[in-house]
Amino acid sequence: MIYFDNSATTRTEASVLDTYRAVNEQYFGNPSSLHQLGERSRQLLDQSRKQIAELMGVNKEEIVFTSGGTEGDNFAIKGTAMAKKGYGRHMITSITEHPAVLKSMEQLESIGWDVTYLSVDKKGKINLNELKTAIRKDTVLVSLMAVNNETGSLQPLKEVSEVLEDHPSIHFHVDAVQALGKVDLDLNESRIDMAVFSGHKFHAPKGTGFMYVRKGRKLSPLLSGGGQESGLRNGTENVPGNVALAKALRLLLKNKKATNDRLSSMKQSLLNYFSELEKVTVFSPEESAPHIISFGIKNSRGEVLVHALEKEGIYISTTSACSSRKNKSVHSIKEMGHSKEQAASAVRISLSNMNTKDEVEIFKKTFNKVYERLKAIE
Amino acid sequence: MSETIYLDHAATTPMHPEVIEVMYETMKKHFGNASSIHQLGRESRGIIEEARRTFAESIHARSQEIIITSGGTESDNIAILKSVEKLKGNHIITTAIEHPAVLEPLKYLSEQGYDITYLPVNEKGQVTLEQIKNAVRQETVLVSIMYGNNEIGSLMPIQEIGQYLKEVDPKIIFHTDAVQAYGTEDIDVKASEIDLLSVSAHKINGPKGIGFLYKSDNITLNPLIRGGEQEKNMRAGTENLPAIAGFKKAVELRKDNKEELKATNLYFKKLLLSKLKENHVDFSINGSIEGSLAHIISLHLTGVPSSKLLIHLDLANIAVSTGSACSAGTVGPSHVLTALHGEDDPAIGETLRISFGIGVKEEDIMKTVDKIKQAVVFLKNKKV
Ligand SMILES: Cc1ncc(COP(=O)(O)O)c(C=O)c1O
Ligand SMILES: Cc1ncc(COP(=O)(O)O)c(C=O)c1O
Repeated sequence: MIYFDNSATTRTEASVLDTYRAVNEQYFGNPSSLHQLGERSRQLLDQSRKQIAELMGVNKEEIVFTSGGTEGDNFAIKGTAMAKKGYGRHMITSITEHPAVLKSMEQLESIGWDVTYLSVDKKGKINLNELKTAIRKDTVLVSLMAVNNETGSLQPLKEVSEVLEDHPSIHFHVDAVQALGKVDLDLNESRIDMAVFSGHKFHAPKGTGFMYVRKGRKLSPLLSGGGQESGLRNGTENVPGNVALAKALRLLLKNKKATNDRLSSMKQSLLNYFSELEKVTVFSPEESAPHIISFGIKNSRGEVLVHALEKEGIYISTTSACSSRKNKSVHSIKEMGHSKEQAASAVRISLSNMNTKDEVEIFKKTFNKVYERLKAIE
Repeated sequence: MSETIYLDHAATTPMHPEVIEVMYETMKKHFGNASSIHQLGRESRGIIEEARRTFAESIHARSQEIIITSGGTESDNIAILKSVEKLKGNHIITTAIEHPAVLEPLKYLSEQGYDITYLPVNEKGQVTLEQIKNAVRQETVLVSIMYGNNEIGSLMPIQEIGQYLKEVDPKIIFHTDAVQAYGTEDIDVKASEIDLLSVSAHKINGPKGIGFLYKSDNITLNPLIRGGEQEKNMRAGTENLPAIAGFKKAVELRKDNKEELKATNLYFKKLLLSKLKENHVDFSINGSIEGSLAHIISLHLTGVPSSKLLIHLDLANIAVSTGSACSAGTVGPSHVLTALHGEDDPAIGETLRISFGIGVKEEDIMKTVDKIKQAVVFLKNKKV
């Protein structure tokens, strides 16, 4: 089996799995309990938070554990809305965000908020002038993704940060679910106030995630209750999951440069290969994350290609899985200026450090066969 | 570790080894995203739908009535915040002894203009049907009453309340937080006319970070966490497949041994009480043995500060609690004991919660009684 669908989810790293198991066996106490078992769980949780904070270059008070990326995005957006509704009711985002962001925005619109959806260019980037014009007195949040999950395209976070320097009270939220370990994200230096991460996208268990919330930024909890996570995220902590999450993060960032070089070279090898196939169009812009390639075979629907490769034991995905907004289908590829037909042909290869160059070569051989069959379709 | 006597199963439970095994295997073999259209995704989807059936059957619900969540707190938040949004009427009835996962969202609603009636409890820690009858108004939209309390174990007359509400005004939504009762009580959401019911896996030897909310087909609910179309648009986010598989295993295991576990817990509870009496430990029960959850007992140890007692027991490797585990950082007076006894009652600072579960042995109870006795004698002597 060749698994090239790592942006959908990753396989949990074996040693991370062992950690998850060991913590469950030995440290099952509730960190809120006052006895030793609780104390040990609390220490373990605290250590994990500290590790993550150090790896991310921030303070440990700025790390909040969540159940994943979707919760994080919902929390950042609606938590800002609740905390800042006295200051204004306008938010800015882009048209190619993940549904976790778009649907949260839609919900706010339904209760009277105003949302500006920035368009993107051929490279999938927003236009800074459009952003500047969109900012109003009553803007409380700008929400942009670091790496697009469909195409790997990047938003100019540095430049956006600079624009926002002049607007210190606006919250800047970044969905960094696809970006972690893949592109540079300087939480300390940039103007980013909140960044959202999801464990299962980097070989940690599903149902884990964390969020960076800059000190001093006010957020109302999405889930309220027992006071956990400094009252920001309530519910009994998933200690084993969070310990495993910290470990996976450490492994991810350990050989970051080498890993990304390897991913980039695998990606380049695939791009070179695709460039020789007449009917293949690559949708990922040149400047994009090292692990995602979006492409399509002319006139062949994405699903057909996914299933054809699946028969050969190769797993990739269509890119439009769950992107729809108010019945207008939102498709990053379409928004980048490609036709509806091209968008319908799109599939996504997404790599991780578990993939190898051998797999890339096998992929090419297999793809040759499938391509010969599908390219004939008019 | 192994020598710790763990009597804090109401705070959280150790995962059953078979549950760990299932999760381990699932993570290794079935890592596909359940929303993916390829074979790996379809396999994951299959596992989730099977689990959903198991969850549904365990409370006599239909599969499509189960929304999988990240735990009890999330289930409670959705149930409270998202059931009343579109309803006309602004009155909600609850009890004074609910879990913070219910009380905090209610506090938010009260800030939004909802009128909340907090029913007091009687000496058994229960509310009565009579109280509900008196509290229901024309404007009542939601009644949220916990199935069993986490600090004193008191069980509420859920079926009576549900049937009454159905009769008097079927539009009133009835929610019950069953986080402590699930897996020990026989829950039938249809017979009890329950509309919303919250469950958490880590209280029944399942994994942390997973739970479900039962939502009757008869009511509508808005999603709290939005995004992808998972859980039929009711709860977005990539499904936590291994935890769902583990939770399913925990439910199955509990189904097989529920009656036995309940009987054992009750036996331990009675043993504990009789041995304490035999040892002349001065105590009274917060609430009552009748009409309470078999796995929870809350004791007022007269004249013994519980914070000190807890330390003594902890040093003896006995893990118990003073009340709930859920007041991280803020060890204020228990709102449950306050509701039960009144403010400034000595019981509030002199209470021990002991909660039983799988793995507890008779000798653990004997040792615990011994240590309580020793500590009580020591602490009482020190005082004079
Ligand atoms: C960019 C982006 N944001 C958010 C999410 C949601 O994360 P999760 O699956 O952890 O809920 C995903 C993945 O599905 C994603 O790719
Ligand atoms: C009665 C009750 N409701 C809700 C909860 C919260 O559940 P969870 O810890 O899964 O968030 C708990 C336990 O902490 C509880 O005992």
